[in-house]
Amino acid sequence: MPIEVLMPALSPTMEKGNLAKWLVKEGDAVKSGDVLAEIETDKATMEVEAVDEGTIGKILVQEGAADVAVNTPIAVLLGDGESAGDIGTSSSAPKGEEADTAKADDAAPEPKSGEKATSESASAPALAKTPRPAEPDVPEGTEMVTQTVREALRDAMAEEMRADGDVFVMGEEVAEYQGAYKITQGLLQEFGDRRVIDTPITEHGFAGLGVGAAFAGLKPIVEFMTFNFAMQAIDQIVNSAAKTLYMSGGKIQCSIVFRGPNGAAARVAAQHSQDYAAWYSHIPGLKVVAPYTAADAKGLLKAAIRDPNPVIFLENEILYGQSFPVPKLDDWTVPIGKAKIARPGKDVTLVSWSIGMTYALKAAEELAKDGIEAEIIDLRTIRPMDIETIIESVKKTGRCVTVEEGFPQSGVGSEIAAQLMTQAFDYLDAPVTRVTGKDVPMPYAANLEKLALPSVAEVVEAAKSVCYR
Amino acid sequence: MATTALKAAPKNGPATAAKTSEKIDFTKAEELHAYEEMLLIRRFEEKAGQLYGMGLIGGFCHLYIGQEAVVVGMQMALEEGDQVITAYRDHAHMLACGMEANGIMAELTGRRGGYSKGKGGSMHMFSVEKGFYGGHGIVGAQVPLGTGLAFANRYRGNNSVSLTYFGDGASNQGQVYESFNMAKLWNLPVVYIIENNQYGMGTSVARASAVTNLSQRGASFDIPGEQVDGMDVRAVRAAGERAVEHARSGKGPYILEMLTYRYRGHSMSDPAKYRPKEEVQKMRDDRDPIEHVRKRILDSKFATEDELKVIDQKVRSVVNASAEFASSDPEPDPSELYTDILR
Repeated sequence: MPIEVLMPALSPTMEKGNLAKWLVKEGDAVKSGDVLAEIETDKATMEVEAVDEGTIGKILVQEGAADVAVNTPIAVLLGDGESAGDIGTSSSAPKGEEADTAKADDAAPEPKSGEKATSESASAPALAKTPRPAEPDVPEGTEMVTQTVREALRDAMAEEMRADGDVFVMGEEVAEYQGAYKITQGLLQEFGDRRVIDTPITEHGFAGLGVGAAFAGLKPIVEFMTFNFAMQAIDQIVNSAAKTLYMSGGKIQCSIVFRGPNGAAARVAAQHSQDYAAWYSHIPGLKVVAPYTAADAKGLLKAAIRDPNPVIFLENEILYGQSFPVPKLDDWTVPIGKAKIARPGKDVTLVSWSIGMTYALKAAEELAKDGIEAEIIDLRTIRPMDIETIIESVKKTGRCVTVEEGFPQSGVGSEIAAQLMTQAFDYLDAPVTRVTGKDVPMPYAANLEKLALPSVAEVVEAAKSVCYR
Repeated sequence: MATTALKAAPKNGPATAAKTSEKIDFTKAEELHAYEEMLLIRRFEEKAGQLYGMGLIGGFCHLYIGQEAVVVGMQMALEEGDQVITAYRDHAHMLACGMEANGIMAELTGRRGGYSKGKGGSMHMFSVEKGFYGGHGIVGAQVPLGTGLAFANRYRGNNSVSLTYFGDGASNQGQVYESFNMAKLWNLPVVYIIENNQYGMGTSVARASAVTNLSQRGASFDIPGEQVDGMDVRAVRAAGERAVEHARSGKGPYILEMLTYRYRGHSMSDPAKYRPKEEVQKMRDDRDPIEHVRKRILDSKFATEDELKVIDQKVRSVVNASAEFASSDPEPDPSELYTDILR
């Protein structure tokens, strides 16, 4: 059966093109891969190759023809024993190769029309339906031990490494040096250099290597000396770690923790002082955790290591040395995705996480002196965000102030404000207000640095203002 | 003030001839296997090009036509459990790994029966069962990932080797050298295969690389490398066996620079202005990897023309069936939009 050669498209948006040149003539024998013709559009030219062997029976569109519609037959290819006389029958009885073409056309995705888009639109899973992980129970009478955040993080890694041989930690100075901030102290001695691995200073490379190891089923903990250096590696975190489960249709899992100090330390200037909470929280496929207390640091890091997904675990250098009570339990974990009420109140909701909590807690004390009872929500996880807990609080208080060290534009506070506006508008008695780091690169001078960061006074002022006080 | 245009210093032209490669003759079974595998890739890619032209395949579509001997020869050097990872010119790697033509073609057309349920497309498919780890769209990003597969092999002591493919274009990416350094530092079982098809998109190797012998790119990490005639499947297999054995025996990484050539454009919309047509035609006429195997088979009387025709027909029917499946299989259910984001 003669086979029609169709006008090809150079791109999915191309509808027509010019037939620039024929490189074969009627009667020529061709085989698969031979170039038959050249077509062109205003953007590019392309060669039309034969996909079957045969003889050119007839050229239907002459060279130089302009605006030839895609899928127009431009020539007819004759198979063994066929002659030009067979050509007339080609369009009536689709069989063989041509049948493929005909069916392919039928099944081709229709152009996107508004109607089709509406009828096929998928609805996002409703937030309200997202199951909320339960608050972990600390059994009655559990002994609490005082630990620094640093010790809690180390214990979390050590416990998970004891429990699962696939867990290992890698990063700059994590082994012999015992950690640039001593978070991995003692791990080399306990687990050896097979599982506690000093890397060269090569963030992009070892982040990607960790992701590859996770694709192969291991559970890496990748320490960045600070998240400022992870910007070198952000392509591997976002494009490889976060997206591969989706791009593989669920085939390739990436269980990996990227952890390290995030945000400003003290007097280290702009390149070493950035808060990445908002950056990573933008990405579907990542979980983003930012604990404040040692108990949460330990419980959340253990949960993060066990999580089958990539988790960005944002620590804070200033909090490393701070002490908190930690439950003395064999296996203390805190669920990812669950905020907690750090201080109950009824007048205004303050939402923060990580070091932002220090401003919120002190501000609440100040506010109490003026008779304003602030309810403080420690978000703990930035993504998936426990917006429900915030909404429940705002239903009570009618007011919300967010506190973060990151930049204001497109920050986490902006997201909370938008969510409250759409989901709790009727409960709000005042605009949601953000207290953030200033919209400037972090300065070095002590006085300027202080001005660039949020302050307790700013939180107090914002809270009073939404209370119209 | 006059400005001086940046101009690449004169260097050797594209190395089209084989450099070092010894060629160990194939048995009859090996020749016929190589012929059929390469032909399957060629016909599959031609069909993909055709479906693209019909608007059934969208986005980017990077065809492997001309380079078939590389993946087929390398695959002949592998053992069960070894892994393969590459960039976005990946259809052939998947076919060579034994993934089904139907699932690959249906992914190209964005259908639910595709390897990634239609959610990955031409550049993103995976099969853990067949040892294929993608299918990656960012030039060079698969190199640390493949090094990580090798890291996992060493961590587990499982004796498997990671074949990490990248192109001449990617060979100038920084993360490639970060990977080389760690791979040698820890003697990871990885073979880096540089598919040098002479052009990174439209820029020739000589216009992009200060040193055009890419096999020596591991020199400062003490990683051995060699140039291989990537148009001859026997040379590829022989070099592949040497390299894989080196990696498997604990000696660390190895670099193979495959001198090869793509007949088609970088992707489907390629203006083809950066290289003379005669260069492409000469490669097709003189160096075609499939024609060479075919000729050897006939000369050695391993098979007759008619017997080869049976193989041709078999391959054609597999490819046609995949096109049929890929055009009739439904698009993914809209509910798939929100699945597979987190596990």
